[in-house]
Amino acid sequence: MRDDIASIFEQVLNRPVEITDDTDIVEDLGMDSLGVMNFVMAIEDFYDISIPLDRITQVQTVGDLIRAVEELRKGA
Amino acid sequence: MTILAKHAAYKTAYDMVRNMGIEPLSVRFDDVLSPTEGVLAGKKTILLGTNNYLGLTFDPACIEKSVEATKHQGTGTTGSRIANGSYDGHLRLEQELAKFYGRQHAMVFTTGYQANLGVLSTLVGRGDHLMLDADSHASIYDGSRLGMAEVIRFRHNNPDDLYKRLRRLEGVPGDKLIVVEGIYSMLGDTAPLKEIAHVKRETGAYLLVDEAHSLGVLGETGRGLAEQAGVEADVDFIVGTFSKSLGSVGGFCVSDNPDFDVMRIVSRPYMFTASLPPGVIASTLEALHQMQIRPELRANLMRNARRLHDGLTALGFETGPEANPIVAAVMPNQEIAVAFWKMLLDAGVYLNLAVPPATPTNNPLLRSSVSAAHTIQQIDTALEAFEHVGRQLGMLSADKRRVGAAS
Ligand SMILES: Cc1ncc(COP(=O)(O)O)c(C=O)c1O
Repeated sequence: MRDDIASIFEQVLNRPVEITDDTDIVEDLGMDSLGVMNFVMAIEDFYDISIPLDRITQVQTVGDLIRAVEELRKGA
Repeated sequence: MTILAKHAAYKTAYDMVRNMGIEPLSVRFDDVLSPTEGVLAGKKTILLGTNNYLGLTFDPACIEKSVEATKHQGTGTTGSRIANGSYDGHLRLEQELAKFYGRQHAMVFTTGYQANLGVLSTLVGRGDHLMLDADSHASIYDGSRLGMAEVIRFRHNNPDDLYKRLRRLEGVPGDKLIVVEGIYSMLGDTAPLKEIAHVKRETGAYLLVDEAHSLGVLGETGRGLAEQAGVEADVDFIVGTFSKSLGSVGGFCVSDNPDFDVMRIVSRPYMFTASLPPGVIASTLEALHQMQIRPELRANLMRNARRLHDGLTALGFETGPEANPIVAAVMPNQEIAVAFWKMLLDAGVYLNLAVPPATPTNNPLLRSSVSAAHTIQQIDTALEAFEHVGRQLGMLSADKRRVGAAS
């Protein structure tokens, strides 16, 4: 799943990225709020889920994101 | 370090603007002469960013009613309606709004901001689903946080994306409420309401439209985008404000929902704040009346909107997709936006400087809002100022002008 997420990051940011579970999405990848929104929407499309706003605000690192996506896919 | 040090990033951004010798937040009008003219630093300035769509702030009938009500009933109600009771004007205004929209129920709030807070936090609760357009106004986002519903954003003005998200919720318990705006306040684009109404019917969701910028602006009789799109029957709740086309302050919600009035005893932003003062209620009632008996106001407004929108487009500026009373020119970056804004002000034209994250993209905007009260001369003066400054800042090439004018 991390590879898929990395390639979605690359599409949105238009440059290669290296990520680990500890990568901070805003700090380490330099995303602004619009970038984060576009990225979240791309993730939602890819996994056919909607991530509610309160869940998005809890996500800081790539690891948080992977957990959120896994939980939402299980719930669906 | 103080308790407010956590906002340092915002302060830094604001200081950057200030270092350019500009204080957008401290524009102080020495005087306001009319709906379209003010005095700034001793100089007459065209007001082109006021949301005063019908120019009713100086309407003699509205002023007279307001003065009369203030003299008879005082300057304020000094309390909420649930604690202190309603004045006759509050009830009459609610009746008139319901009648205007052809709905069973209406409820008046102290601002449009509070109307969104009060309605959104009450319509949906824990276990429900609130579907917000990603570019929603701050009051809609804040309203969504006041309640306990799950909040899902869909791509701006994208009914397919909305449909996809509602389909994912198929079989999930809880009410679903879609929230869109009639005219979006930054770029002046309208929601694709026919298509959204279709999605609503397909998925069994409820639909709320915030007509803050479209009341008195869109539709045959000024009822807004729902009327213009011919889908009023699909819109369960309309929210709006008195602070734009009606030239005062306050907000409202209208609906045919039979349980509507329960909101009066559960909606906290309705219950725990003072009600509107008599003078405001009286001018709003009169403005609602004037809006209905003077359809020419809407015609003038649209004439001016088209003139500014088409004029800016012809000059080579990138504007919003539709010629509505909100006309925004997209700026390439913050430095140019701030300089442009300041030079327009020096040229006697005042409008809104909007910077990310308040804007839908990463570009700053120079946001104008046109009024029915603007003269064609004022619109043309603004266009000339835009052209002059645009050239000085190297944004407009001579070529672009020709291309624009030819198309
Ligand atoms: C879309 C929208 N909704 C609500 C509001 C709030 O209106 P008010 O100024 O009455 O609080 C505004 C304006 O600020 C708005 O643009």
